[in-house]
Amino acid sequence: MPIIATQGLSMRFGNVQAVNDLDLQVEQGQVFGFLGPNGAGKTTTVRLLNGLLEPTAGDATVFEMDVRTQGALIRRETGVLTESPSLYEALTARQNLAFYGDLYGVPQDAIAHRVDEVLERFGLDERADDRVGGYSKGMKQRLALARAFMHKPRLLFLDEPTAGLDPAAARMVVELIAEQTNSDGRTVFLCTHNLTEAQRLCDVVGVIDRGWLRAVGAPETLARQMWERIWVDLRLAAAPAESTVAGLKALPFVSAVQADSAQLAVELGSENDIADLIALLVAQQERVLAVVPRAHTLEDIYFRLQSHDEGEEAQ
Amino acid sequence: MMNKRAIRAIIIKDLRQVLANKMVWLPMIMVPLMINVLMPALLTLTPTLTGTADADLDDLSAMLAIVPAAVEPGLAELSGLQQWVLLSSSYMFAPMFLIVPMMVASIIGADSFVGEKERKTLEGLLYAPVSDGEIFMAKVLTGLIPTQVISIVTFVLYAIVVNAVGYHIMGGIFFPRPNWLPLILWVAPAVSVAGMGAIVLISSRAKTFMQAQQAAGVLVLPLVGLMVSQLAGLLFLGASTLWLVGAVIWVISLWMIWVGAKTFRRGKLLASI
Repeated sequence: MPIIATQGLSMRFGNVQAVNDLDLQVEQGQVFGFLGPNGAGKTTTVRLLNGLLEPTAGDATVFEMDVRTQGALIRRETGVLTESPSLYEALTARQNLAFYGDLYGVPQDAIAHRVDEVLERFGLDERADDRVGGYSKGMKQRLALARAFMHKPRLLFLDEPTAGLDPAAARMVVELIAEQTNSDGRTVFLCTHNLTEAQRLCDVVGVIDRGWLRAVGAPETLARQMWERIWVDLRLAAAPAESTVAGLKALPFVSAVQADSAQLAVELGSENDIADLIALLVAQQERVLAVVPRAHTLEDIYFRLQSHDEGEEAQ
Repeated sequence: MMNKRAIRAIIIKDLRQVLANKMVWLPMIMVPLMINVLMPALLTLTPTLTGTADADLDDLSAMLAIVPAAVEPGLAELSGLQQWVLLSSSYMFAPMFLIVPMMVASIIGADSFVGEKERKTLEGLLYAPVSDGEIFMAKVLTGLIPTQVISIVTFVLYAIVVNAVGYHIMGGIFFPRPNWLPLILWVAPAVSVAGMGAIVLISSRAKTFMQAQQAAGVLVLPLVGLMVSQLAGLLFLGASTLWLVGAVIWVISLWMIWVGAKTFRRGKLLASI
């Protein structure tokens, strides 16, 4: 059974359709990236899945529990990093974590130990008894992350975990997420518009825009679905002969060739054509030093989806 | 079944927040000391120092006329100064002891309910596995517990000061009179619940602590009205009147809390962030 399953999940605020007919499944242990621009419906979806909002239509279960009626039970199993850190700045880091430990039912005799453990893990032990108001933005975000991990949730929601952080702090937070989520088979639902972050962390992504889910799947699967042809970059020992370039262009599966001294870029029908391409080059006495198929990044996928939507709207 | 541990944790957290903010806790200590201890003590003491008891008694004449003989049987036999000390300390200043619970409950309530929104910490709390009712109850108790403590401590200090000031004039310990039992244990808690109820209702619209505080300030007016009514001879705040006034305030305040509890829902709270 999937950890998260939604069917036709929808949420309307007055005239605004925040989430529209969302069908989604997230499996155990997946790091699921929920990508979309600001206002796309990502945060509303997290709130719906945690039973904070009641859907206006459709159904959703988390750990097979109904979000409409079992919100409190669901929230016991989830940890949420909200977009703003939601920390009590007049309290110390230790007091913040102990407070949330109490709310999430961490056994009373284990709280002090767990707080120490989490503080150390997130590199906050030296400032544990300082008021959070004096922390830097990056430290606050690490503490907010530590709080989300405090009760060892089976499902972690991370809503824009690096928003507003400087590059160094953002990198540290991403590294921490990668470290902490790789262990324990924990499922992660990562909302972000930071595609580099998603590329680094996610196994599967869903792209949402204006409440509609535009695509969902592993990045490489999406890329295959979206681009039928692939580009391959080749490095040769020397610039190819003109006859070689002409021979390449004559091949039925080659649709474009770009030559720049010893560098060649060739567009092929599919990955399967790479072997035939190499065979032809070798037959032409060309010495091939490197062959690199171009992978489509999440950014390519994301913007392709965006331009596709805009194109549809224009029509 | 209520999650008592979570409720206790929220109360302790909210009180820690209050204690960490001097702008919040300082008025809660200073105002009761000023209006419930220092000011009554000075006013009670003034005639004994200046010898103007008769003139001041003229001011209390309307009130003197409505004191039932059964409540203060020996009042007529007392000297002017003794009448002044007894009436001012036991009856005239009594409504002041309702202003403090109202004020303290509304300050802590505003900090607890609206401050959570203002400091952007509400969302984290709403994601916790705690029901709306548990959060609501914790927030209400956060306001009421310190209010009762401050009310009782202020009353004890007042009793000590008034007895010390009036000891030689009255010939012994004369305070508290019977009306203080319903005042402190029945009406004052009702007023603090009313203060909380008002804050709960205001908190759904107010965006900041200051906005909530200012809106709640209106609630002091009926209490000032009680004081003026007594001085004007319209209402005597004896024990029986106070039991009745308390009952009316309890009904109104519990109604406000009930309405507040019904509207305290995660979805609505999120919309107000």
